[in-house]
Amino acid sequence: MAELTATLGARPLGAPEEIEPIEVGGFSKGLRRFARQSPAGVAAAVVLGLIVVVGALAPVIAPYDPLLNSFAEVRQPPNATHLLGTDHLGRDVLSRIVYGTRVTLLVAVTAVFIGEALGFAWGVACGYLGGRFDLASQRVVEVLMSMPQLILALLLVVALGPGLKTVIIAIAVTRVAGTARIVRSVALALRDLAYVEAGRALGASTPRILVRHIAPQCVAPMLVLISVSLGGAIFTESALSFLGVGIPPPEPSWGNMLGGVLAEAFKPSWWLVVFPGLAVSLSVMATNVLGDALRDFLDPRLRGVVE
Amino acid sequence: MHTYIAKRILIAIPTLIGITLLIFFAMRILPGDPIAIVTDPSTGAQQRLSDEEVAKMRASLGLNDPYYVQYARWMGDVLRGDFGQSFWRGEPIRELIVRRGQISAEITILAVVWSWIIGVPFGILSATHRNSWLDGLSRGVTTLFQAVPSYWLGLVIVLVGIVWFSWRPPLSIVYFQDDPGRNLQMVLGPTFALGLGFAAVIARLTRSAILEALHQDYARTARAKGLRERMVIYKHVLRNALLPIVTLTGLQFGALLGGSPATERAFGFPGLGLALVQAIGERDWMIIQNLVLIYGVIYVVMNLVVDLSYSWLDPRVRLQ
Repeated sequence: MAELTATLGARPLGAPEEIEPIEVGGFSKGLRRFARQSPAGVAAAVVLGLIVVVGALAPVIAPYDPLLNSFAEVRQPPNATHLLGTDHLGRDVLSRIVYGTRVTLLVAVTAVFIGEALGFAWGVACGYLGGRFDLASQRVVEVLMSMPQLILALLLVVALGPGLKTVIIAIAVTRVAGTARIVRSVALALRDLAYVEAGRALGASTPRILVRHIAPQCVAPMLVLISVSLGGAIFTESALSFLGVGIPPPEPSWGNMLGGVLAEAFKPSWWLVVFPGLAVSLSVMATNVLGDALRDFLDPRLRGVVE
Repeated sequence: MHTYIAKRILIAIPTLIGITLLIFFAMRILPGDPIAIVTDPSTGAQQRLSDEEVAKMRASLGLNDPYYVQYARWMGDVLRGDFGQSFWRGEPIRELIVRRGQISAEITILAVVWSWIIGVPFGILSATHRNSWLDGLSRGVTTLFQAVPSYWLGLVIVLVGIVWFSWRPPLSIVYFQDDPGRNLQMVLGPTFALGLGFAAVIARLTRSAILEALHQDYARTARAKGLRERMVIYKHVLRNALLPIVTLTGLQFGALLGGSPATERAFGFPGLGLALVQAIGERDWMIIQNLVLIYGVIYVVMNLVVDLSYSWLDPRVRLQ
C-alpha cells in the first residue's frame, strides 16, 4: 500500500519532472508535515492544550475556592500564600483565573460550535441551492455583517437578559454570517465542477451530494474559521463581561475580574489588572497563531479571506 | 462611474432597513417589550413601578400600538432627526449623540492615525528586511498586539499613569474646540489603546502587500531602468501597496467603533460607547435602540465610502 501511494504520489502520468511530489498520507503524516512547516502553530496548539487542561482540572490546580471571601486578606499583592495576590474581597486571584478558564472555554467552545455549525449549514444551502433562498439569505447575511460584532453581541445580550446562556447565544450569532458567506462561496464554486455534475447525472440525491461531495471540501476552511473564531469568542466574552453584561459575578471570568477593577479607579492594584488580561491575551494569541498556521498549511488561498 | 455610485448606494438601502428591523425586533419581541426590560426585577431594574404606572407609560410611549405603527413612527422620527429622549432623564438623545459622538469620532480617527504612523513603517521594514531578525521581531510584536484587547491595554495605561506618574483620570472632558492642547493630552491614552491593536493589523497587511508588489512587473521595470531600490520601494511599490491598506482601514473602522464601548469604559471616557454602556446599565431602551442604530449606520456608510474610494483608486473595480 505504501509503495502504491509512493508511486502514485511521486509521478502522476505525464507530469513534468520538476513538479514537487505531493506527499499523500494519513492523518499522522499530515500532522508531522504540519509540525515541520509551522513550529509556531505547534507551539500555539500546545498552549491551547495546556489551557484546556487547566480548565478541565481547575478543582485540582486551584489552590483555593475561587468564591471564598477572606476579609483578613483583602488586596494582598502576590506573595507565597497567594501567588497572584487577592482581590477586594480577599479572594485568591490565581484560583479565580484558573476557574475563569473553565467559563471562558465553556462559552467560547459552545458558542463557536453552534455559530459555525449554523453558518456552515446555511452557507452550504445558499451556495448549492442558490435561487431565491440564496438571494434572500444574502440580504440577511449583509445585515448581520453590517454591525460591529461587539455592538451586535451587546444588542443581543440586552435583548435576552444577562446570563451564561445569553452570552453563548449572542457570541454564536456574531459568528454565523461570516462563516455562511465563506462557505457559500466554496459551495458555489464546487456546484458546477465535473465530479459534482457526474454525481447528479448518476442520480445522487441532493443530501447525498451535499454530504459526500460538497461538505468534505469545506473541512479546510472550516478548521481555519473555527480556530480564528475561538479567539474572537474569547475576546468578545471577556469584553462583554468587562462591561458588566456578560458572565455575572461572583462566578469568575477573566472579563468580569477586569471589570471589577473599575470600582477602584483611583487606587487600582496592579495584579488585578495584569494577570486576568494576560490570560485573555495569551489565549487569543494562541488561537490566532494556530489559525494562521492552519490556514497556510491547509489552504493558502484563504489568505485575506479569513482574517 | 456615476451609475456605479448610484448602484452601490441603492444596494446599501436594503441593508440599512434590515438593520433597523433587526434592532426594532431585538428590542421588542425577545423579552416582551422595552417597558418589561425596565420593570422586570430579574434584569436588575432600578425602579419598581406599579402596574398602573406601567400601563400609563406604555400608552404614552405608544407601545400598545401594533408593531408596524411603532416601527413607522420610529423611522419617521429618525428620518426627521428626532431620536427621542432619555427614559430616566428626559434629555434629548440627539444632543447626547452630538456631544458624545464628537469625542468618539475624535478618538477613532486619531486611533487610525496612530495605527498608520506605527503600522506602516513597521510593515515596510519587515518586508524590506524579510526573514531578518528585524522582521522576526516586528512579526512577533505584531502577533502579540493583535491579541491584546484594547480595553485591557487601556486599563494598563491608566494603571501605569496612576502608579508611576501620579496621574489622575480626568473627571470631565475638555473639548477640542475649547482647548486643543488639553484635549489632545486627554485623548492620547484612549487613542493609543485603541490604535495599537489596529497598528498591528496594518503592519501585517503592509508587509504582505509590499512583498507582493515587490515582485510585480512594474517593480522589475523600475529596477531595470536603474532606479535605486529605495526609489523603487517608495515611488512604485508603496504606492500600489497602499491600496489594500486604505481598504482595510475603512473596513476596520467598524471594528474600532465596536471596540469603543469597552475602551471608553476603561478610561471612563465619556464618548458614545460609554453612553451605550451606561444606557444598558440603566435599561434606557430608547438610547440603546438609537445608539445601536447610529453604530450600524456609520458602519454601513464607511463600507460604502471604502467601496467608492476603491473604485476611484482602482478603475478595474468599476468594470466588474
